[in-house]
Amino acid sequence: MTITILSDQGNVPVSAATADPGALWLTPADAERATGWTMKPEGLCRGAVCIPVPPADRDAFVREDAINIAGFWQHMDAPVVASDAGDVWAFGERADARAEALDSLEAPDFELPDAAGNLHRLSDYRGKKVLLATWASW
Amino acid sequence: MWQTLLDDLKDPSFTVIAIALDTPEAARPWIEAAKPRYPALIDREHHLAALYNFKNVPEAAWIDEQGRMVRPPETAGAYESFRFIDPATKAPAPEAAAKKESARKLYLEALADWVRNGAESRYAMAADTARSHVAKPTAAEASAHAHFRLGAHLLGLGRAAEAERHMAEASRLHPESWAIWRQAAPKNETGLAADESFWRRVAALGEKRYYPPPPMDGMT
Repeated sequence: MTITILSDQGNVPVSAATADPGALWLTPADAERATGWTMKPEGLCRGAVCIPVPPADRDAFVREDAINIAGFWQHMDAPVVASDAGDVWAFGERADARAEALDSLEAPDFELPDAAGNLHRLSDYRGKKVLLATWASW
Repeated sequence: MWQTLLDDLKDPSFTVIAIALDTPEAARPWIEAAKPRYPALIDREHHLAALYNFKNVPEAAWIDEQGRMVRPPETAGAYESFRFIDPATKAPAPEAAAKKESARKLYLEALADWVRNGAESRYAMAADTARSHVAKPTAAEASAHAHFRLGAHLLGLGRAAEAERHMAEASRLHPESWAIWRQAAPKNETGLAADESFWRRVAALGEKRYYPPPPMDGMT
């Protein structure tokens, strides 16, 4: 089954994943590609942050060559929500992590398409002053 | 309004990046009609609302040459004159119309001042001030953004009923976001989410502002 992961890495298709209710097992390589988090001996890590695998409940998080990435998210108390069929998963960021990032005043980078489908990143415009302005038709 | 500003300023060290918190189908005709010469990007899943804590349109952040926010997200030159429609003329009351024009003018003047003077502009906030004006998301709001993103993605796949459930949950978790609520709300024949439920929500604001004024001298 192909599963689409919506995360701060974009919308990433992954295959060979198995979704049990409430769990999403991916290879560590797919998990990293889809979420930006890396499985290491000390736990699931991103930058300087590592979430250790709970020793008493190891089987719920780690199998041979697969990790339950949704389980880690729930364990971190970060938002994760899936479609009924389990084929689309949104992995959100914890509010305190977002608050800390905003507190740095560094404008969060992003990549979005224009109307023709060409992708633009905020960081493409480094060196200019930027007015980042929202609008909508609604 | 942004193209006119850019044409007036003629400053290659400044650009607008417009973000449509909208579906590509709804946003594209507006972009094609406006023919902007600045990047006009489409954010179907409101990814930037989650990243920057945008709650409505028009809101904007000012980002300097080093990629730092010198004004965090805030209302960008708008005033809620639509709340003060004179039933006889169907136009905003004169005082409200004047406030709307004044909000727009003040905002554009402040922006032009920053473009010309950079960090020296009195409208560019010092780091501590900027930090104190950053709206921090709550856990419920972070969860709302995950539900909204899933809903918007499912809507793009044509799975409307399931999408609606997640968008409704997003709105329940983040009631202050007009972007979440209006994106999902029923639209009238001109594409506006302005049916009775919108007016009820606006009335429920009471003294609270639909467009909170940015912290800028003269903004009321």
